[in-house]
Amino acid sequence: MVLSGNAGQTTAEEFEQSLKTNAQKLVEHLEEGDYKEAVMVIHAINQARDRGLYYEVGKLTRALHNSIISFQLDTARSFGSEHGEHSKIADASDRLDYVVRLTDKAANRTMDLVESSAPVVSQLGKEAAALREEWKRLQRREMTAEEFRNLSRSIMDFLERSEKHSAEVSSNLNDILMAQDYQDLTGQVIKRVITLVHDVEESLLNLVRMAGQVDRIAGIQHELPDPEERKSASQAEGPQIHADKRDDVVSGQDEVDDLLSSLGF
Amino acid sequence: MKILIVDDFSTMRRIIKNLLRDLGFTNTAEADDGTTALPMLQHGNFDFLVTDWNMPGMSGIDLLRAVRADERLKTLPVLMVTAEAKRDQIIEAAQAGVNGYVVKPFTAQALKEKIEKVFERIEAK
Repeated sequence: MVLSGNAGQTTAEEFEQSLKTNAQKLVEHLEEGDYKEAVMVIHAINQARDRGLYYEVGKLTRALHNSIISFQLDTARSFGSEHGEHSKIADASDRLDYVVRLTDKAANRTMDLVESSAPVVSQLGKEAAALREEWKRLQRREMTAEEFRNLSRSIMDFLERSEKHSAEVSSNLNDILMAQDYQDLTGQVIKRVITLVHDVEESLLNLVRMAGQVDRIAGIQHELPDPEERKSASQAEGPQIHADKRDDVVSGQDEVDDLLSSLGF
Repeated sequence: MKILIVDDFSTMRRIIKNLLRDLGFTNTAEADDGTTALPMLQHGNFDFLVTDWNMPGMSGIDLLRAVRADERLKTLPVLMVTAEAKRDQIIEAAQAGVNGYVVKPFTAQALKEKIEKVFERIEAK
């Protein structure tokens, strides 16, 4: 969506220009004692101001309207109409919910498979260790014929189980690999949401710029909140994406350890 | 050794639970934020608390403060496992009486080291 701010610039500038020339005229008329003409000039200034203001407010309203249509904001909900389209913002929320669901599913599926494989592998390891001890006894000729027959049977069993279990673990590993397919899907969804956020930001910036023109003509000044006051230390920020670019953030466990040991931990 | 794991994401609770099991700690329970964790701690005879910071309801830092303010829980060892990495936050946690601080993403080795260190210090006292 393209909202041009340049036309507004000229209206505001035109008004300011006419204000300057009319002010000079006003002073001249007052000095000459021509009050009738002076009042006419004041009237002209007011008219120019109103014209500019109506124009800017009109443009702002139109831009707002376009933004609402462009992002299909949920006007149905706010204006009570029954035929509201599903908004792009609501759609983006749904998409991000989908990302959360997909990553959650993949993480749990992966952990399920790891949890079912780990005891199998560990059991095989234990059995192999036990058989090796037996085998060493055989090599040292400490084994009776009966014990050897038992060992031979155990080894056969073990080999059979190894074959079966390694096939099982191998299949689990393959499933773990397949569970990573969420990366592709979530990546696509996230990229689309990023594009939407970017468009919304651009549109909002244009609206702010236009509202600025209205303020300029109407002579309104806003008190902005102090940005420093908005963040407190204990406010949770979540994972740091650019830890290397910030001085107030640690970049890893080593720095945490250093900081804590400097505090006497 | 009974351990309470507090994190709002079930996958993270599961990872920590698995790592603790590998370290030989099998008696664990889970809570998804401070509000549910605190009553569990007050009635459950836990020996160790592993908590995230950023959670809906009651955050990990508030849970830590509540634990330290509770006459019966104030000596409970607390390990913070969190993505919060601001220096001010780590200092804040230290001042609130945390026993260890692990930043996410972490390795199994890092978690193991910190847990062992926490217990070493407790035994030394």
